[in-house]
Amino acid sequence: MRELFKYLKDYKKECILSPAFKALEAGFELLVPLVIARMIDKGIPDQDGSFIIRCGFFLAILAFVGFACAILAQYFAAKAAVGLSTNLRHDLFSKLMHLSFSKIDEVGSSTMITRLTSDVNSVQAGVNMILRLFLRSPYIVIGATIMAFLIDTRSALLFVLLIFVLALIVAVLAYSNISLLLIAQQKLDKITEAIRENLSGTRVIRAFCRQEEQTGSFQDKNHALFLAQKKAGVRTALLNPITYIVINLFIVQLIRIGAIQVGNGTLTAGSVVALYNYMSQILLELVKFANLLITVNKAFSGWKRITDILHMKETGTVTEEAVPDPAADLIVFDHVSLKYHEDADEVLSDIDLVIKEGETVGIIGGTGAGKTSLAHLIAGFYRPTAGQVRILGRETKEYKPEQLTDMIGIAMQKPVLFQGTIADNLKWGREEAKDPELMEAVRMACCENVLEEHGGLQAVVNQGGRNYSGGQRQRLCIARALVKKPKVLILDDSFSALDYMTDRKLRSNLSTLSERPTIIMISQRTVSIQDCDHIIVLDDGRMVGHGTHEELLQTCDVYAEIYRSQGSMSETEGGVAS
Amino acid sequence: MSGNLFGYMPHGNIHEDKKIAKTTVIRRVLRQEKRYLPLIILSLLLAVSSVVFTLLVPIRIGNAIDLITEGVFDRALVNRLVFAALFALLAALSQYGMNLINNHVVYHTVREIRNTAFSRLQRFPLSYIDSHPQGDLVSRLTADTEQFADGLLMGFTQLFTGIVTIIGTLLFMFSMNVSIALIVVLLTPLSLFVARYIAGHTYDMFRLQSMERGEQVALVDEMMTNEKTVKAYGKEEDVIRRFDEINTRLQSSSLRALFFSSLTNPSTRFVNNIVYALVACVGAIAVFSGNSAIFGALSIGVLSAFLSYANQYMKPFNEITSVVTELQNAIVCAARVFEVIDDQTFETETDEPAKLPAIEGAVELKDVDFSYDKTKELIRHLNVSVRPGMKVAIVGPTGCGKTTLINLLMRFYETDAGKILLDGQETDRFRLNDVRSAYGMVLQDTWLFAGTIRENILFGKPDATDEEIRAAAMESHAHSFIRRLPNGYDTYIGEDGEMLSQGQKQLLCITRLMLNKPPMLILDEATSSIDTRTEMRIQSAFHALMEGKTTFIVAHRLSTIRDADLILVMRDGSIIEQGTHETLMEQNGFYAQLYRSA
Repeated sequence: MRELFKYLKDYKKECILSPAFKALEAGFELLVPLVIARMIDKGIPDQDGSFIIRCGFFLAILAFVGFACAILAQYFAAKAAVGLSTNLRHDLFSKLMHLSFSKIDEVGSSTMITRLTSDVNSVQAGVNMILRLFLRSPYIVIGATIMAFLIDTRSALLFVLLIFVLALIVAVLAYSNISLLLIAQQKLDKITEAIRENLSGTRVIRAFCRQEEQTGSFQDKNHALFLAQKKAGVRTALLNPITYIVINLFIVQLIRIGAIQVGNGTLTAGSVVALYNYMSQILLELVKFANLLITVNKAFSGWKRITDILHMKETGTVTEEAVPDPAADLIVFDHVSLKYHEDADEVLSDIDLVIKEGETVGIIGGTGAGKTSLAHLIAGFYRPTAGQVRILGRETKEYKPEQLTDMIGIAMQKPVLFQGTIADNLKWGREEAKDPELMEAVRMACCENVLEEHGGLQAVVNQGGRNYSGGQRQRLCIARALVKKPKVLILDDSFSALDYMTDRKLRSNLSTLSERPTIIMISQRTVSIQDCDHIIVLDDGRMVGHGTHEELLQTCDVYAEIYRSQGSMSETEGGVAS
Repeated sequence: MSGNLFGYMPHGNIHEDKKIAKTTVIRRVLRQEKRYLPLIILSLLLAVSSVVFTLLVPIRIGNAIDLITEGVFDRALVNRLVFAALFALLAALSQYGMNLINNHVVYHTVREIRNTAFSRLQRFPLSYIDSHPQGDLVSRLTADTEQFADGLLMGFTQLFTGIVTIIGTLLFMFSMNVSIALIVVLLTPLSLFVARYIAGHTYDMFRLQSMERGEQVALVDEMMTNEKTVKAYGKEEDVIRRFDEINTRLQSSSLRALFFSSLTNPSTRFVNNIVYALVACVGAIAVFSGNSAIFGALSIGVLSAFLSYANQYMKPFNEITSVVTELQNAIVCAARVFEVIDDQTFETETDEPAKLPAIEGAVELKDVDFSYDKTKELIRHLNVSVRPGMKVAIVGPTGCGKTTLINLLMRFYETDAGKILLDGQETDRFRLNDVRSAYGMVLQDTWLFAGTIRENILFGKPDATDEEIRAAAMESHAHSFIRRLPNGYDTYIGEDGEMLSQGQKQLLCITRLMLNKPPMLILDEATSSIDTRTEMRIQSAFHALMEGKTTFIVAHRLSTIRDADLILVMRDGSIIEQGTHETLMEQNGFYAQLYRSA
């Protein structure tokens, strides 16, 4: 909660002014019954027409000033709420951008988007409501009570009792209702899931002729939802009738007491009318207040989900640059293991590995063998759960993220381009790169024909690079990594969509690079990596082979098996593979 | 999206464009709610009684106040007050009863519609499901259904209550004092006018706001899904700058939208307050002027009732304005929901389909024509003859009609012309489900549902024993990885098997078939996303499964189907070559060309 105030600090003025003007507006409204009472007690008995008209003008002025106050209050509330949500979105987004991958994996990116959008929106709506209306109701309720005290203490005590009873009813009903609504929401999620699943599996369901059973289980889930909604509905239906009865009973009691006092001459008829009006005002406000509770409650849960992210702690953020030791081996894996979750299985177990500067290293293994995880450890995306990953003598976790990014160029398994132009995308590698440099990278990555087809460096890239084929994207991503001129170049299965000819040409291009990086090449095809200085074979997170192509064919069963399984292909490639 | 995978994308949503007349929808809604008509009428009656009693309360209290001003404090006063309390109680009870009935009708309707819609979905032809975006159907069955029932029924009763309240208030006011009633009646439309004016002007602001919101979400989505790339290039700050640029624009458009839309309430309240002041003035003068020609007779109590009415009179107007938008929305939703449940294009069966006898597995396609889009030819004069137990591979470039052939064999789609024969008999003579059960099918995009591994395997044969499941999993080579999962066969896998690799999912799907052992098989081969070793395992599982069964394999890697008994080479919807690997290589035609360039 304190944090919410921190966010509102920039809008302190607005946060004070808005409720203040609301209070003024409410105050003017509370004067109305008093004026009416004067009209009844003075104007009518005196038959003073001009007094009544003056009162009428006064009421109109009250209405007008109240209106002006309300406009200002609305404006300040909107300004504070929108300002808050803007800052919140900024902070949330930069937090997300700086979150480590293990944290992101933990949360899941689709819920992050929900938090950035609908949760922030509900906080905005909530704050706006609180500033505008939520405070108005207590003003009116308390103000009306104070007014009642000014008119008549005995009657005013009735107001206090009323407020107490109503607060209790609203609190109990709203509270119990919220949990019922939550349950109904969960059941609704189940329904959505069932429909989605059914649609995506239509073919399988029909192939197995399970339509009847699907319908049956859907109906069960639907019934569960029905019961939950009905239960919540019965409770909600109570709120308005109950508050209505309670208030009216109090009004009756109020007038009964009032009548006795008028009889005693301690109270005027106008005052009774005024008291009655005040109580009616409370009724109107309470109905509004109860409806607001839902909005505010939503805002609270949204706020909680947002702060969950904002409070996420990173283990040891690095603030100082680490000084690499140029004499040390470039990349060292020292008994490295990695788990993505505490209670999950290891994706990499006890990896020992040394990569020297200038080497070309191949990594091969089946899906889920841990190839990409190994690459991501080098890039510092994750930290090993056991052992050390060292680059130039320092652990990856000692470096500032920028230092690692500068050293390492990586072309991901999933080739990603961003909206913009090809040049925009390539310049991700290096902002200040000039066109000739970009073209050189393009040539090296064998994508001149891509540029020709799409219209050069200024060719448009749609979101996700969808207007380029998989192979084209792969090559452009390699080009982007080359623009960077990195010390270490990681190619994560970057050739999978390329034909064997291009694959070979690209590999030979890489070996002729002027500032030749250390290359780590991940692949599922033995053809792509067999010329590497040494090859690492991974199976189920373990290193089961390490050596040259020829050595591994002799010593490593897994490697030999992979090679054989692809045998027919290389065979049909004719000379290419050999 | 399966629609995409199966080579057919709809040309926009035809149903979306069709504007259904409002009256048609309303008539349809009435038909849907026919059963509930007595309840709805009862609810409306309760609404009337609730309004009447609510309006009577201030009058009784006004009476009481009159008695007080007249100095009468006897039983008559108590009497009035007891009546006031009684009326309040009746009003509340009526309202509660009305709420309960409305809930009952709404929730029952929603449940019925969902159940109907879901069972319809099971019977729609695949063409329907392929041509409707999945998200759209899901939202029709969830959000739209809810909105329709809620908005339409609640909205309707609210609208009704609102109108009754207005009429009731008017009647009461006119019966008490005509000229003051006229003031209220003539001036209040002002506030409606103001509200309408504001709403009209905020529409554009809201549109701008949601456009900018959309832009921002698109950026967030793009960057979140590709965050590894962003980080690999250290571009976080650049991305945040772009985000902030949109964020600033969004801030100013949001502020305008929020502020202007929030003016509605104060404005109508202002108009209302002015009316209140006028009523008070004129009323007060009327009270002491006695029974004058202009104002008519008025007592203080009646004036107090008037003031209380003037206060409440605006409320239904405000409500009606918002209810009308909600109703419009509800009608749109209703139209979308009924489009689904009133669609009668079901999968067709002959009038009395025969039970499919035990089959040997001879399949024949005779002169088959088929296309998804009837204006574009796809398959023409297709002839294939398969003997029992044959292993048939279908190869060809993307979009050549390989998967279409599966759609036809499974009768997911029906042929436009020509026949498909099973053991010499036309398939459409038989029950649809029987024909489908004759094939076991493993598709490229595997389908698992949220549940345990065991439940997923049992999908093929719900009554299988644990031993059978185990045996099947052994046969399909799935057992070894299942055993290593945290809870073995009882491991819960999320929607679409989130925690499993593509290869593992495929193995599970094969296990399903191992369990129910269908007489014929259709296999859509694994994609390149599976590495070759896993694929070898899957291949050997496939082999175990295929033993002695007629099998259709859609092949993506030609190396895996060299030993097929029959290879159908498809191109642009027709079979251009057929034969074994050897004969086709000898022909040195399209197949040989494909094979060499693999």
